Amino acid sequence: MSDLRDLYQEVILDHNKRPRNFRAIDVPTHFAEGYNPLCGDRLKLYVKVDGDVITDLAFLGSGCAISKASASLMTDALRGRTVAEAQALFERFHHVVTTPPDQPVEDLGKLSALAGVREFPVRVKCASLAWHTLKAALDRTTLTSTE
Amino acid sequence: MTPPRGEAAVRRAFDVERVRADFPILRRQVHGHPLVYLDNAATPQKPQAVLDAIVSYYTEINANVHRGVHDLSERATTAFEAAREKVRGFFNAREAREIVFTRNATESINLVAWTFGRTNVGRDDEVVVTAMEHHSNLVPWQMLCEAAGARLRVAPIDDRGELLVDELERLLGPRTKLLAVTHMSNALGTVNAVEDIVRIAHAHGVPVLIDGSQAAYHMKVDVQALDCDFYAATGHKLYGPTGIGVLYGKAALLESMPPFMGGGDMIASVTLEKSTWNVLPYKFEAGTPHIAGAIGLGAAIDYITGIGFDAIGAHEAALLAYGTEALSSVPGVRLIGTARRKASVLSFVMEGVHPHDIGTIVDREGVAIRTGHHCAQPVMARFSVPATARASLAMYNTRGEIDTLVRALERVREVFA
Repeated sequence: MSDLRDLYQEVILDHNKRPRNFRAIDVPTHFAEGYNPLCGDRLKLYVKVDGDVITDLAFLGSGCAISKASASLMTDALRGRTVAEAQALFERFHHVVTTPPDQPVEDLGKLSALAGVREFPVRVKCASLAWHTLKAALDRTTLTSTE
Repeated sequence: MTPPRGEAAVRRAFDVERVRADFPILRRQVHGHPLVYLDNAATPQKPQAVLDAIVSYYTEINANVHRGVHDLSERATTAFEAAREKVRGFFNAREAREIVFTRNATESINLVAWTFGRTNVGRDDEVVVTAMEHHSNLVPWQMLCEAAGARLRVAPIDDRGELLVDELERLLGPRTKLLAVTHMSNALGTVNAVEDIVRIAHAHGVPVLIDGSQAAYHMKVDVQALDCDFYAATGHKLYGPTGIGVLYGKAALLESMPPFMGGGDMIASVTLEKSTWNVLPYKFEAGTPHIAGAIGLGAAIDYITGIGFDAIGAHEAALLAYGTEALSSVPGVRLIGTARRKASVLSFVMEGVHPHDIGTIVDREGVAIRTGHHCAQPVMARFSVPATARASLAMYNTRGEIDTLVRALERVREVFA
């Protein structure tokens, strides 16, 4: 049960139940749709960039607790950051969720709640979907997939 | 529920613990718990007899078939053809040449699409399928229709997951060149009245392909009694190995169809300019076949036949009834697929919890279920769910295992409380 509690931490259950920024943005500067064919998760990600600062981001879609919480936490973490900072955080987050569970990883604050997926390799894609979708949105691709 | 008459007699003959002892994998542990394998609709486990047959083929008689005059080649050929004869008997086909070995049911269906379909389906013709098909009995027909300029028509299902046969009949017309329908839905468990459907289709002059992937390991299939034109099945769902599939086709139809793939074994004679085709079924079996797979499938058929579908069917039906009641009693659980005629499948959703999270949590209790769209996305769309969790039963499952699943679902509830 302990590794299940690592996966489904309070912060994840909370963001799953009450996802933040769970809405559309009327006129986004960037938009992408993410899709995880393994479980049918779909995610629409709206981003508003002013200059090089992300002023707003929001998402809609259906998915498992991990993918929903990850999207929610990501949208909270990136508001007010520059595009370059967001891209750097993508790399750091990706590193955290793909490092083997017996190795230490850096503390990413609330985002570290998702490090529990390391014990569940098949769920890494759920945690990464929002981030891959963000990358696609910033690259202006319209459909992305974690398969 | 009153047990049907004769069930007590069947129970005496069918000893689930003895059956379980034949499946070595069922002895293993997963995450420190005894394995509770409820993902049979994806692929059931294999009895020792199948594993032994495969090892024995490679250990004692490995050689290519239909080629050499040496002893091993003759023995391999005899064993391979004996397996075909077992498949013939299992499905009660008239002749062994009506049994074509393929890789899986998907390849069997594609074979028909690209041979029968290519020669019989033209511009503005129609192919009819149903809204409960697995992608394997949908996508090949979409591809064929697109290539041929034909139209795909889809017969609807109701809220229980039952096929609306009257609506299906309305779709059949002079333009209909084929009806492709599943015998049993992998996502819902619905068993279709294929005997009626074939009769109706034939009354309209429409040939019928039945996808038997799910049905064939739960119930006796008699292709002559059904009078279907094609029946597709897959070995790994018959407790046999992966990589071996079966296409039954009526001999006259198979004769009229061009080959599927070209290569060795499927030819009668070859010059640099032209080739002529081998007789049935070899015309459709280009290249070295999965000899060990066919022999393993033969052993699987012997195993199933030894137990018998009367006993298997009675055990699984009682288990399905028990599982239906047990899952329905779990707060927040809703079954998807409640057809009156159903087998093996318990597809469900749980309020407030995504199926993927259910799958991960019950796995930690040693319970293997499938979560996702089950390669049947249109079915998910029909029931307005992105995915379901699916427990599916086989002959070796027990009530105790269903109880374990129910307890694991209580765990899910605890985590998401």
